[in-house]
Amino acid sequence: MSNRVLDVENLTVDIPLATGILHAVDGVNLHVDRGETLCIVGESGCGKSLTSLALMDLLPTKAVRKIEKLELSGTSILGYSEREMSDVRGNKMGMIFQEPMTSLNPAFTIGNQMIETLLRHRNLSNDAARDLAKLMLEKVGITAAEQRLGQYPHQLSGGLRQRVMIAMTLLCEPELIIADEPTTALDVTIQAQILLLLKELQNEFDMGLVLITHDLGVVARIATRVAVMYAGQIVEEGTAKQIFENPLHPYTRGLMRCIPVPGKTKRGAPLGSIPGMVPSLIGDFTGCRFADRCELTSDICRQSDVSLRDPNVKAQAYRCIHGIEMLAKGEVA
Amino acid sequence: MLYYTLKRLGLAGLVALTVSFISFGLLYISSDPAIAMAGETASDADIEAIRQLYGFDRPILVQYFDWLQRAMSGDLGKSYYFRTDVSALIAERLSTTMTLGVSAITFAIVLSVPLGVAAAIRPNSLIDRIALFLSVMGQALPSFWFALMLIVFLSVSLRLLPTSGSDTWQHFIMPTIVLGYYAAPAIMRLTRTGMLEVLSADYIRTARAKGLRPRVVLFKHALRNAVIPVVSLTAVQFGFMLGGSIVVETIFALHGAGFLAWESITRNDLPTVQGLILVFSLFYIVLTFFADLLNAWLDPRIRIN
Repeated sequence: MSNRVLDVENLTVDIPLATGILHAVDGVNLHVDRGETLCIVGESGCGKSLTSLALMDLLPTKAVRKIEKLELSGTSILGYSEREMSDVRGNKMGMIFQEPMTSLNPAFTIGNQMIETLLRHRNLSNDAARDLAKLMLEKVGITAAEQRLGQYPHQLSGGLRQRVMIAMTLLCEPELIIADEPTTALDVTIQAQILLLLKELQNEFDMGLVLITHDLGVVARIATRVAVMYAGQIVEEGTAKQIFENPLHPYTRGLMRCIPVPGKTKRGAPLGSIPGMVPSLIGDFTGCRFADRCELTSDICRQSDVSLRDPNVKAQAYRCIHGIEMLAKGEVA
Repeated sequence: MLYYTLKRLGLAGLVALTVSFISFGLLYISSDPAIAMAGETASDADIEAIRQLYGFDRPILVQYFDWLQRAMSGDLGKSYYFRTDVSALIAERLSTTMTLGVSAITFAIVLSVPLGVAAAIRPNSLIDRIALFLSVMGQALPSFWFALMLIVFLSVSLRLLPTSGSDTWQHFIMPTIVLGYYAAPAIMRLTRTGMLEVLSADYIRTARAKGLRPRVVLFKHALRNAVIPVVSLTAVQFGFMLGGSIVVETIFALHGAGFLAWESITRNDLPTVQGLILVFSLFYIVLTFFADLLNAWLDPRIRIN
């Protein structure tokens, strides 16, 4: 059996608006293996979150999803009905959201919300489910788990709530976890703890993890592979080492200049930034989407769409018409 | 929960005391009660005699506590008009009003909550349009006109229901529809808005991401949070029905408490008005108290600090 947990081909999400169709996600391919962490990075509005919701089939009703292949551990879940999908969600694939403060229902206890997940997918007695829930809370580092089960979300801090969310997602031991900016809303000190916890649990349960973030520091710590998204497309994809040591796409290179590196970034020197703004994704768009902000732009960049390519077959693909030599000549990070 | 209940109970008691003071004061704001009691033809000596007899010459606080003590033991004085005990008078009329109020609020809830939920699940759908149409109608139709139309249609033309009186349960059908339909729009719109808001909440997305069945997501996770404001509104609507159903009671000749209040006001029958105000206010206070308790049970954030 192959190790591939998630295989997605040509995912597109369109949102019809009064002013035209918003092409929020455009032709995204993704794959994740068991034990692997794929980080999807990109700035706000680049389609990261919609990509993750599309995988769970939890998009807002007005968003239109088109997808050519969607396989979970070798099984296509593409044609699944809502009922069949709900058997998969929380069971084979779980999701952790950005906002721990509002992601738990305020009207029910932690225990209630955890137990209902277990009882939905597993044939267990109430007591057995409660024991499992307690065990899982302990596993995510929550002390006094028994007492926590009886508490309501508003009695817990943000960090604790996110731990509860993680525990809840892990209850049915899914093969794949999608975490959409799980640490963005937390204190910096808590962020590191939660990431470390995710990484540990991923190893323990041998899951595939898709981590969506705009924080490159997070990526550096946790990623096996990285996909960089810009304006609804993946513009570069490769192993974490490749992306950090040898970024190719001008956008990725721009991102890397934005983070300080000890020993490399000079004291007092300004950090990099990427001038300009993300283009509007409403209506048809031809050419490179990064053209307006790129220092290497020439006329041909705008003439036709650019495909994701891997000229050296090193599993590092990028979406730029320029050759590697030309890109390397660009401003060095 | 116990602490919360005691706190609410204490507050309710304070409000009740304030209300009792105000309703006691009504007697003095409007006119000299001795003159009102003695009637138009009484001489000064007669008025003075009544003033002494009823103790209107004593300090006002003494009179208040005296009145309060009697009120608490169920003695609300005698009606100027009927010459009978106000408490007995109110008790007799209240059963009619309560029957009407309970059935009307039940009708309103049964009509509006499911419609509000259905409308919120599919905004701008046919069912949403129908719900909107019904609520605009309910808000816009004057009760008296709607009541008359029902009488014309159901009683006069089809001869299905009695036009007036309160002898059988059939007499209560049309008043229930009119009064309930009047309260329904607000409850329906609030249910719809609350449900729409809750359905877009993060925890609903979480519930779906856990693979819960749509019906569990809707009725367990969403409805419980959406009905919290509806509970408070319904309590107020119910209180209003008990005291403010004068139009409906008059048209259908249901001699309830609302009708009695209207009669007593026109007759300057102050003790009865005073008693009714006290009873209506106490109802409001009790209803609000129970609504608060229900909300605290629904929303743990209220009951656990």
